[in-house]
Amino acid sequence: MHGEKFERGAFFDVDGTLVSTNVVHAYAHYVFNRGTFFGIARRVLEGLAMAPIYAIADTYNRKVFNELFYRAYEGLSEDRLIELADDLNDKVLAPAIYPGARDIIDECRRAGCKIIFCTGAIDITMKPLAKLLGADDLIANSLQFVEGFATGKVIPPIVEGAHKARRIRDYCIEHGLKLDLSHAYSDSMSDYPMLAVVGRPTAVNADAALRRTARAYEWPLLDLR
Amino acid sequence: MRPLDHLRKSYDEDSQVVLQDKDSPPRMLFSGEQILLEEVPVGTRIIFPNPPVEPLANVRAAIRFALNHPEESEPLHAKLTPGMKVLIAIDDISLPLPPMRTPDVRQLILEIVLQLCADSGVDDVHLMVANALHRRMTDAEMERMVGSKIFAAYHPDHYTNHDAEEPGGIVELGVTEVGERVRISKRATDADLVIYLNVNFVPMDGGHKSVGTGLTDYLGLRAHHTPHAIRASKSYMEPKHSALHSSVDRIGKIIDEHVDVFHIETALNNRMFDGPMGFLGKREEDFGEMDRAALGAMRFMLDRAPRELRRKIFHSVPAAYGVIAVAAGKTEPTHAKILEACQRQCFVKVKGQADILIAGIPFISPYNVNSILNPLLVQVMANGYFFNMNRGTPLIKEGGTLIVTHPCSDEFDPVQHPSYIEFFHRLLPETRDALVLHKKYEEEFARNPSYVHLYRKGNAYHGAHPFYMWYWGENGRQHMGQVIAVGTDNTHVPELLGWERADTLAEAIDMARGRQGRTANISLMHHPPMVMTDVTE
Repeated sequence: MHGEKFERGAFFDVDGTLVSTNVVHAYAHYVFNRGTFFGIARRVLEGLAMAPIYAIADTYNRKVFNELFYRAYEGLSEDRLIELADDLNDKVLAPAIYPGARDIIDECRRAGCKIIFCTGAIDITMKPLAKLLGADDLIANSLQFVEGFATGKVIPPIVEGAHKARRIRDYCIEHGLKLDLSHAYSDSMSDYPMLAVVGRPTAVNADAALRRTARAYEWPLLDLR
Repeated sequence: MRPLDHLRKSYDEDSQVVLQDKDSPPRMLFSGEQILLEEVPVGTRIIFPNPPVEPLANVRAAIRFALNHPEESEPLHAKLTPGMKVLIAIDDISLPLPPMRTPDVRQLILEIVLQLCADSGVDDVHLMVANALHRRMTDAEMERMVGSKIFAAYHPDHYTNHDAEEPGGIVELGVTEVGERVRISKRATDADLVIYLNVNFVPMDGGHKSVGTGLTDYLGLRAHHTPHAIRASKSYMEPKHSALHSSVDRIGKIIDEHVDVFHIETALNNRMFDGPMGFLGKREEDFGEMDRAALGAMRFMLDRAPRELRRKIFHSVPAAYGVIAVAAGKTEPTHAKILEACQRQCFVKVKGQADILIAGIPFISPYNVNSILNPLLVQVMANGYFFNMNRGTPLIKEGGTLIVTHPCSDEFDPVQHPSYIEFFHRLLPETRDALVLHKKYEEEFARNPSYVHLYRKGNAYHGAHPFYMWYWGENGRQHMGQVIAVGTDNTHVPELLGWERADTLAEAIDMARGRQGRTANISLMHHPPMVMTDVTE
């Protein structure tokens, strides 16, 4: 986006790392702006019914969680999602940006890094935030649309866990970035592959499991909250 | 080991150098947060620090006198004009060690200087800790240093840490005749007057080093914080034998062309311990019954307390330092006056070098106040500070053996020393060559955004700082033939540092004699308080 030649990248997870929100907040925003009372009610009830399953899936396998969760998008129109994305960004995501998020992005920029967001959220949602925070590129999940409506499936490979690491590696090859000099930032143990694949990983706002791992591998720990 | 009640006086009280005799007592040696009591061979030369120089009776009066009778400058009140902008830069928590009892001398000076500013109609005053690439001081530490009234009046907007990574926060004033970049804080260049408050604890401190390093950034420090500068320094505790100081003097002269600097320097005595811990500052020969009981009790407690608690105990006891000199005015003459007082306190005359030198490494260094003396800092104490505590001729002969007592635990503080961890475990296994480390990795660490962020927003040393710690030991590494660490709790830390290890002091002395010969002469530096040597032939 900036037309510069970069040697290294800084890959940021977003949810929990740069912002306090997650995919559920984004989905809730879409649901509550569905337009019809019955439409909202149906999706809220569906969401509540699925909540325990989502919780279990998220605990044990982020990939399964993502696949299950994005099924809830089935039937939402692409136009509507795009239209609501800016509103979602202004009302939900921007106020949830952690105080230190801009600082670390600026410091990466000053260190000569290309800024890339690498997130399991959907690209439509993340584009305005990436623009707001000055990211150069975005690696995110893309919903599959048929005739303008979401099918509830994500175009594979889904961006999560080990696939994030693969996407980052491929991105570095494609864009001439040095993986061993690149940085990655994440808050979650589910992003261990993403952190492990780069030469300069950093745990951000880490939970207990990631904190233990970061200590064991001697990765720096940041708190952007 | 003989029991403590055999301790008795058998030495010349005027001399700081005592030869260990058959009847001499065992010697206290710090080993991190523990105190060893060790027999040393007969004939070992024990070098004690000078007794504390008598402190000034009225420090406030001495400060006022210095401000009114400055060196080669107008009195401070004559330099202050209504509406002017003043920056007061202050030495950080790395001085003195341990932190001194309150009120800190910096508070005493500030109370007088700020009153002078107010009386002169100077309202635009900013206080800044000159921490360079050191960690930011915490709010509590900043409050302790200047007192609660000044803290409440100036913090957080007008009492801050220097930020060497602030975008647009550093101004380049020029380049010296040998190409050193002169870069200091924009706050200093924007000010009509910079007042620098210094605490001189060792002769390395003060003078042009204060503004030139305390308020600069990574690019500014690259002029002299290099393995080349340290290799070219016979001792960085004696400015005239220090390439580091020659560099900061050149830089200081350029700063003086652009910035009006009024220096206030102070020198402290070495009264590190008093009260119940006063025995730590005594010779073992001078111990009374109470001292023996206190030492016994302390060793009993330290042997049983967990390391964290031991550390907390030592770090919570402030030192009873007394101010022995105050001077103010132009940087060079002011510093010369204070340097003389500092050297009078620190240096002990010693005849001839040692083949084997023994030193106990304590719990503290300038870089771990309220934190852990990690392996890299143990290294800087041994190869760096202890080796350099001389006036140009090292106490230890070339190729000699240094024996240090410290557990060398593989323990780091991720809050204060995050980049040290990577340096120690990723870089040292690859090479110990300071020139290679400097060329290949220093900039990468210095520019690592995570380390920059932790320096700017947390309380971490800058990413380049572990390199400086390694360079600081460079002339010691080049000079000494062998370093043996006694009582280490692991084998890999000494190995990574390039040291040998021994379980006991006796074993280490045998190892050293195996290398230096059976007739090798042995000296022991009796720290703390700190002792520096003026070695003559």
